[in-house]
Amino acid sequence: MLLAPFAVRCDVAPYRLSGTVVAALLNHRDSLAALGDAVLEPPYRGAPKAVALAIKPRHALVAPGGALLVDAAGELAVGASLGVVIARTACAVREADALAHVAGYLVACDATVPHASHYRPQIRAMARDASCALGAAVVARDAVGDAGALAVRTFVDGGLAATSSTAELVRGVARLIAEVSDFMTLAPGDIVLAGSAPDAPRVRAGARIAVEIERIGRLETRVAVAERVAA
Amino acid sequence: MRRARVAYAGALHEATPAGDGAIRLADGRVVAEDAVVWLPPFEAGTVIALGLNYADHAKELAFQKQDEPLVFLKGPASLVGHRGETRRPADATFMHYECELAVVIGKPARHVPRARAIEHVAGYTIANDYAVRDYLENWYRPNLRVKSRDGATALGPWLVDADDVEWPPVRALRTLVNGKQTQSGHTRDLVFDIAFLIEYLSAFMTLDTGDVILTGTPEGVVNVDVGDEVVCEIEGLGRLANRIVGDDIFGRGANANARGRGPGE
Repeated sequence: MLLAPFAVRCDVAPYRLSGTVVAALLNHRDSLAALGDAVLEPPYRGAPKAVALAIKPRHALVAPGGALLVDAAGELAVGASLGVVIARTACAVREADALAHVAGYLVACDATVPHASHYRPQIRAMARDASCALGAAVVARDAVGDAGALAVRTFVDGGLAATSSTAELVRGVARLIAEVSDFMTLAPGDIVLAGSAPDAPRVRAGARIAVEIERIGRLETRVAVAERVAA
Repeated sequence: MRRARVAYAGALHEATPAGDGAIRLADGRVVAEDAVVWLPPFEAGTVIALGLNYADHAKELAFQKQDEPLVFLKGPASLVGHRGETRRPADATFMHYECELAVVIGKPARHVPRARAIEHVAGYTIANDYAVRDYLENWYRPNLRVKSRDGATALGPWLVDADDVEWPPVRALRTLVNGKQTQSGHTRDLVFDIAFLIEYLSAFMTLDTGDVILTGTPEGVVNVDVGDEVVCEIEGLGRLANRIVGDDIFGRGANANARGRGPGE
């Protein structure tokens, strides 16, 4: 069942999510610094110019209350991210007009299998079933106000494991929508994940995760073992 | 059986071939194939694409053979149907087509061994998976700005039932630009075959009805320009036509500011 997009409460137009989720990568100011001189060396040969993105396939989405899945002996890096929900079709919008295309925001937790290389799309680490948890509700843009300096906290088993702020994003919400919509039209109900900080907490099966974003809310999930059931 | 989805006279229709340039709508009307708007022939879910999956193409682009498939995902806005248009950005110097066999999933697939992969295939269509190489970067390569562009992934014209195609499909494919053949290859030269791809992908991501795997392209990609007609053919599956159009009709480039894209403008 593909319930995840429909299970998120959205009391603001378009009142439903589309199921399309696009995640900004390396969009935290420390992301490239964490790679050091490797940024300049092969295979990268320099910092990225355009925003790096990944599409989350539909089975990656986890409905509110659901669990993130990990292989029995595996590990996940749980990236806390602001999710930006699109209100109206955004095609080649200017940065100055971008926020008018935003319906609101939600909390997201984008879990990936830790991987050292950013050269290839890495979908085996980044497009797994039940790897992207969505918060319970979309909070209207007007109720949030400026989303450019919101505190983001990640808790693992009740303890504070990571803190960041949306002020640390390389591209803020408006810039991100302008850059993405220049080549990829965003539709009502699409979610753009603004991206998470490097060194996301590493967790294993059994962990309890909470992500809080100031004025947006708190997402709680847990990590469970993905059973190998053929279908 | 082969089916298309078309728009005609104010509604969407399923259509089947009616011979001699005609198609038959599900409601019985027979109309000329150029009197309808062709959409991708099925409602696409997750769009999965392969890079460097023909040994010759990988060599052409100076890559070594991969240990595992190079897979990337595309957004839904990237899709366009048969006889569609694809925008060539004014600043591009190298934009090329990629003729590919597209495998459409018919039944959810999770942890499917290769011997059972065929059970999950609904059918096949033709894909033209354009790339703008100018935008290629070495981060999550091929990055979405190259490969998930609006209207730059054509699908169609027909979804051809798996029952009507041998398994695995052994088909010649080729591309013609303005009537001249520029690319040719054969699906027997896939580095990672369809059964492998279904097994590989379904081990970590469930494939669902309507998901589509674009299996990669052989050598012979050349630049295309505004006005070019690009036709991708796969033996027995049909011919997928597309036309390259410029920034101007989208209000981009020199006129971008004149168009005004702000809400309410």
